Amino acid sequence: MTAQVQTYEHDVLAIGAGGASPRAAIEASAAKVSVGLICKSLLGKAHTVMAEGGIAAALANVDERDSWKVHFADTMRGGQYINNWRMAELHAKEAPDRVRELEAWGALFDRTKDGRILQRNFGGHRYPRLAHVGDRTGLEMIRTLQDHGVHQGIDVHMERAVVALFKDGERISGALAYDRERGLLHLFRSGAVVLATGGIGRAYRITSNSWEYTGDGHALAYDAGAELMDMEFVQFHPTGMVWPPSVQGILVTEGVRGEGGVLLNKDGKRFLFDDIPENYKSQTADNEEEGWRYTQGDKSARRPPELLTRDHVARCIMREIRAGRGSPHGGVFLDISWIKRRLPNAEEVIRKKLPSMYHQFLKLADIDITRQPMEVGPTTHYVMGGVRVDAETQMSTVPGLFAAGECAAGLHGANRLGGNSLSDLLVFGQRAGAYAARYLKDHRAGKIDEGQVEAAARAALAPFEGADSDNGTGPYRIQHDLQEMMQDMVGIVRRESEMALALEQLAKLSARAARMRVNGNRAYNPGWHTALDVRNLLTVSEAVARSALERKESRGAHFRDDQPRPDPAFAKFNVVVVKGPDGSMRVERRPIPPLPPELKQVIEEMK
Amino acid sequence: MNATFSIWRGDAQGGTYRDYQTEVSEGMVVLDAVHRIQADQAPDLAVRWNCKAGKCGSCSAEVNGLPRLMCMTRLSDLPLEQPVTVAPMKTFTPIKDLVTDVSWNFQVKKKIKKFNLRPPDAPDGTWRMDQADIERVQEFRKCIECFLCQDVCHVLREHHLHDSFIGPRFFTYVAALEMHPLDVEDRREELRKTQGVGFCNITKCCTRVCPEEISITDNAIIPLKERVVDTYDPLWSLFRLLGGI
Repeated sequence: MTAQVQTYEHDVLAIGAGGASPRAAIEASAAKVSVGLICKSLLGKAHTVMAEGGIAAALANVDERDSWKVHFADTMRGGQYINNWRMAELHAKEAPDRVRELEAWGALFDRTKDGRILQRNFGGHRYPRLAHVGDRTGLEMIRTLQDHGVHQGIDVHMERAVVALFKDGERISGALAYDRERGLLHLFRSGAVVLATGGIGRAYRITSNSWEYTGDGHALAYDAGAELMDMEFVQFHPTGMVWPPSVQGILVTEGVRGEGGVLLNKDGKRFLFDDIPENYKSQTADNEEEGWRYTQGDKSARRPPELLTRDHVARCIMREIRAGRGSPHGGVFLDISWIKRRLPNAEEVIRKKLPSMYHQFLKLADIDITRQPMEVGPTTHYVMGGVRVDAETQMSTVPGLFAAGECAAGLHGANRLGGNSLSDLLVFGQRAGAYAARYLKDHRAGKIDEGQVEAAARAALAPFEGADSDNGTGPYRIQHDLQEMMQDMVGIVRRESEMALALEQLAKLSARAARMRVNGNRAYNPGWHTALDVRNLLTVSEAVARSALERKESRGAHFRDDQPRPDPAFAKFNVVVVKGPDGSMRVERRPIPPLPPELKQVIEEMK
Repeated sequence: MNATFSIWRGDAQGGTYRDYQTEVSEGMVVLDAVHRIQADQAPDLAVRWNCKAGKCGSCSAEVNGLPRLMCMTRLSDLPLEQPVTVAPMKTFTPIKDLVTDVSWNFQVKKKIKKFNLRPPDAPDGTWRMDQADIERVQEFRKCIECFLCQDVCHVLREHHLHDSFIGPRFFTYVAALEMHPLDVEDRREELRKTQGVGFCNITKCCTRVCPEEISITDNAIIPLKERVVDTYDPLWSLFRLLGGI
């Protein structure tokens, strides 16, 4: 098979279909450089549409006590203080402007009584902070960026997937992609590349993520020599659907709990009251009455324990299930219908505030959430880890290679707060786009070595000539086996021996992947696409397992039952992985720079 | 139990239905069956999908002849004693199997005059809007761009007026812009001249297939028709002025 390649040139190339990539592309094109945007799906269709709850920004529209300082302190506390504090500071300071900017581009957020942007409660946020549109905020954001972006002169390349990055010396000089429609290869010459490819959720069997979340940006950056940081921190969202089996893992927004929904075990007990972490005790209600008042906007009340951070809530749910106190289908109950005991128009409130949850459960599970409790359990949702970047510019350790959004690391530390993802996409998408354009103006475009292109093209087409004779179903089987293994061995509760075994299994899966064969031709061939995705999944799965082995403690989303407590010695560094000269994965520790006194003071004040 | 799925396999040159038997279990949707067939029997079977929860609008197809999202079509709602037919959207050229070329939609959108913002209401540079005033527009903005309304609209499906008619999806889009409290643009001339709002004869097929249950015809298209008529038909304007409607 020959590797004919069509060539495009863009100053800045943004890779991704969700929020960060279009935001970066809009910013770069505003700086008068030529911009290309590549996405694996159609434009506007990405996991960002599943972000339901809202965008966290300290607008202080609903509670005037809110400010960037409180948002910063909340983010650091949620991340267990191993966040990149400068990113957390920039994020908290800039998120309000990024939200107002969306409104100026046409987004229509729900309103307060005096006509301003309404904000809702969410886990780990001290005050109502999430700008939202019912429970479809992600769709509103992605559509606003898309509709604004198409008028900015951005060249959009839909349904293409990047398989390799190229460098001229140390600097990024371009990328190779295939188009899904025809299977042709396309070379993009670009001096600045912004990775905004999202997460790695498809490394697990139970996930809220779609087929796209195969760690492409993570793997591309790693192969290009960048560092991946915090990969041990994978967020399991506490509430995914558990029944029927075909919908297992689909997200149930935290907004349900923000609106007063409660978690119950099979005995009808609100089990989260039993286990409130020490560092949240002063902020958490100790009785049901106070918790309810909080969700209804009583500023003197503290939040109910259902709105503790996701890592904690997910673990408490696992504990109930394992102790035999779960629901019939292996979850726990999430009940919003109970609010009819408090509100006369409860059914209407639920349908108005949570329309897509109402729709989703009615259509997919025959459950009317205004009358019945939902069954929910943890689902793989987000990776805090990603490409290690500079806080101001979002540039990785590879010059010209930027990363923003979920595929970048730092902002969220050991655990991300709900709502901080959409604001992350906006704040750091904007920064990545601005600095990519600026970088490009200072650096001439690099060269791309023909031999490297040839080699990358051969590697992309190799699955058509794989050795295994399995009727072309190999890629699906390997992906499935990988997901099962990661779910069991490097999941919510981890253990040294299992993770060591996981590394052995990964080596075997890699050997199988090297032989996998795909059937058919190159035109829109999902078997082939899966084969290429599997390579990335293997890289990121290894990064997760190795980083998790290195962190011999429990912190945030990383929980080990052989090391169940946090260890202050491990609060001093982040774990990174980097490709060694021999091609093997190296694990290193990067010390966390000390907090400047003014930020330290902010954290102290907010305790 | 097993069920038979008759899936259209082919490309722009043509194709044929092929039967696949697969096991079905409680709660499954059509997309699950397609994925199962893909993983076990037809690894190169092309299908678009993303969220699997009716929120992204990727997996549009015609199931037993009806335009549907495959991820929201429960097998328990279909007669499984006969084969379930799954075909690509007919209005768009097939690329491969269930995947069609929907790029025309993206070109159409680009030609619609963009959001044009009025000056801020408050000294801090922000705007004030009443919830009641934005609810209609929020209904339109629920659109997930699945293009099922475009698929079913006879102006596109039967008459192929792609060059002079933008279709229900984009009337909804124009309506969202026109009724946006902060937008000051006027799009009526294009609606009449190049976007073909007059071709719609209100059969409401689009409304019936909308998975987001947007009242496309009643809430978007008819008000747009009225706006256009108000502007361009003096007799109609007079009639309305006298309280005819």
